[in-house]
Amino acid sequence: MSAALDQQDGYNFAYLDEQTKRMIRRSILKAVAIPGYQVPFAGREMPMPYGWGTGGVQVTAAIIGKDDVLKVIDQGSDDTTNAVSIRKFFAKTAAVETTEATEEASIIQTRHRIPETALQEGQILVYQVPIPEPLRFLEPRETETRKMHALQEYGLMHVKLYEDISRHGHIATTYAYPALVNGRYVMDPSPIPKFDNPKMDMMPALQLFGAGREKRIYALPPYTEVKSLDFEDHPFDIQEWDSDCALCGAKDSFLDEIVLDDAGNRMFVCSDSHFCQQRQQAGFTGTANELPADTKERA
Amino acid sequence: MLSQKETLLSVNNVSVLYGERVGCQNVSFDLWPGEVLGIVGESGSGKSTLLNSISARIQPTSGSVTYNTRVDGQRDLYTEMNEPERRLLMRTDLAYVHQNPRDGLRMNVSAGANIGERLMAIGERHYGNIRNNAEQWLDKIEIDQNRLDDLPTTFSGGMQQRLQIARNLVTRPRLVFMDEPTGGLDVSVQARLLDLLRGLVRDLGLSVVIVTHDLAVARLLSHRLMVMQNGQVVESGLTDQVLDDPQHPYSQLLVSSILQT
Amino acid sequence: MTEMIQVQNVAKQFVLHTQESAVIPVFENINFTLSSGDCIALTGQSGAGKSTFMRMLYANYLCSRGQINVYHDKEWIDLVQASPHQILNIREKTLGYVSQFLRVIPRVSTLEIVAEPLANFGYEKPIALEAARQILSRLNIPERLWSLSPLTFSGGEQQRVNIARGFIANYPIMLLDEPTASLDAANRAVVLGLIEEAKERGAAILGIFHDHETRNAVCTGEFDVTAYRSEAYV
Repeated sequence: MSAALDQQDGYNFAYLDEQTKRMIRRSILKAVAIPGYQVPFAGREMPMPYGWGTGGVQVTAAIIGKDDVLKVIDQGSDDTTNAVSIRKFFAKTAAVETTEATEEASIIQTRHRIPETALQEGQILVYQVPIPEPLRFLEPRETETRKMHALQEYGLMHVKLYEDISRHGHIATTYAYPALVNGRYVMDPSPIPKFDNPKMDMMPALQLFGAGREKRIYALPPYTEVKSLDFEDHPFDIQEWDSDCALCGAKDSFLDEIVLDDAGNRMFVCSDSHFCQQRQQAGFTGTANELPADTKERA
Repeated sequence: MLSQKETLLSVNNVSVLYGERVGCQNVSFDLWPGEVLGIVGESGSGKSTLLNSISARIQPTSGSVTYNTRVDGQRDLYTEMNEPERRLLMRTDLAYVHQNPRDGLRMNVSAGANIGERLMAIGERHYGNIRNNAEQWLDKIEIDQNRLDDLPTTFSGGMQQRLQIARNLVTRPRLVFMDEPTGGLDVSVQARLLDLLRGLVRDLGLSVVIVTHDLAVARLLSHRLMVMQNGQVVESGLTDQVLDDPQHPYSQLLVSSILQT
Repeated sequence: MTEMIQVQNVAKQFVLHTQESAVIPVFENINFTLSSGDCIALTGQSGAGKSTFMRMLYANYLCSRGQINVYHDKEWIDLVQASPHQILNIREKTLGYVSQFLRVIPRVSTLEIVAEPLANFGYEKPIALEAARQILSRLNIPERLWSLSPLTFSGGEQQRVNIARGFIANYPIMLLDEPTASLDAANRAVVLGLIEEAKERGAAILGIFHDHETRNAVCTGEFDVTAYRSEAYV
């Protein structure tokens, strides 16, 4: 779907003024030069509250150009409210072409998921990040966490994983799973499911992370090593489901659980909406067409 | 056990001034492996300030503190080490036991995680090993092993203090600093803790600098004693000598003030 | 007979700052020698300062003047000038002291208390514990008490534990303060035996014995501290 190619009057290209964009680009350059390191930046007031993607939007606004093609997803879906709002925002202020097709986008802004379709060189993935500091919930002092990163004092990170195992028998962290970047910095990859962590490792695309409220930017240049933290006797593993996607039959994508009725029936569907649609268009189907077996009667 | 040739810690004319206010002044002493040095004095005598400066936590205004590191020999803590090196030392070879155990523990993670943290900080990555190690330490500090996954908030004050000690000792430090470790504990709980400390000092060959206002604690635990008043060391010597034949007026006052039970 | 302690021109006074700096002179110009094989009894009236003198030799009390030279590790060290570290060393290996009262620490077993000096000497724990068992048996402390803290023992039992602890290691120099007080005849005899054995292996012994029988049985000489009291003391 292409948007109308008129830019909104009274606003600079992509909403932010050029000096701000330069400032953000400088921060991005620093971030790319030091993979995984959180670079502070002078975040601006955006026309949306904190917690709604202001960091991601500022990063996108700083890098987007007239010829870019933008895709925006929220939890994998192009058509939720937030994704639609942000996509329209850039259509209005930058008059750029927008798309839902992963392979056609040059910039993809995402909240909490990495698309299933593998990204290529030349693409940029912009993550929306709430709390950039992986150690924040264990060590509330910013002065301490900065020192810990500077001195590579990451024992505390493993304390969190240890606690998980002692409480649940396994590492229970299922999203925002901390990872070691380029053998140096530990980062919070934003609340993406741990299922997506392996995709970050050696990804050909550039990955940028923007936290608006906390005012931090960090980055993974293409082909950066990203290793999720674990223990020798409790290695990192990703989620699995018992069923395939009910719509397209995909066996290895991240599935959302949809509750169908109050009798306990549910179905599992690809979180990445575009990925699922593509597969259906290509003729793949799932079990959604069959009658639900064992419909439970309420007592 | 006491007859090593080289000093472990050398404090040379250390003064800590807060502007014009004297924290402590012109303090010098040597500490050998396996020795326990007690520092006694009233509140405001400067003993905690001194403790902080010799444990690499605050830089003295003048004077030097030299520590005998495992790998590089005698090093001045402030002029020959940078902050990362000091921090590493504080996590491995040195230990600091706070008066209030809440200051020395992470109250929001389990006992096992508290004990295991220093291990994880130096690169231990095997969950099973960390857990076993932590269990053994709970034994040593006389806490039931099945409290391993409990939060320290569910422990009594005495248990918290023992947990703090275990957390510090797990990396086998050679020098332990203690700031009134029995303050705030019941008398019977104190006795148990002191005995535990005595045993650990003996079994692990620790050197200890312990700050206390309680002379009975000093008598029980320390080989040597320093008496501080108004930031100065007014008397120092063997514990039994300072307590049985005190020379300085203030020492005599302290000793005569103990109530006999 | 090697000399082990040389006391030269030692003086002692107490200054009581809590009582308007009252000066209490005790001794002037003490000169005294103790050699291996000696068993010297300190004599003098009650209050004459025998215990005080003994404590000075252990560096528990300071001296106002003079030297107390101790032969330790093949060299002479002056206790008056020595560093605390050196004195601790001397007490560990050379200078043993059996005080009048056992300082009891709760929760430590009798066996551990008695074995500790040997452990400090460098002996392995099992050997130290075995030696502790033997000497406790000799001193008639029943086995059922070995795992208990001496906290609840009688005065006599505590004193015997004290003696066991004092005699378990072969100190070249031994200071004994009333070792047979609160003991019955049988146990006094055991202590006598221990002292004789110490003499035979060449220990230099200085003791305070109120009991004349014991004194006559083991001592090779006497040293009267009264002669060295300061003039001011009547």
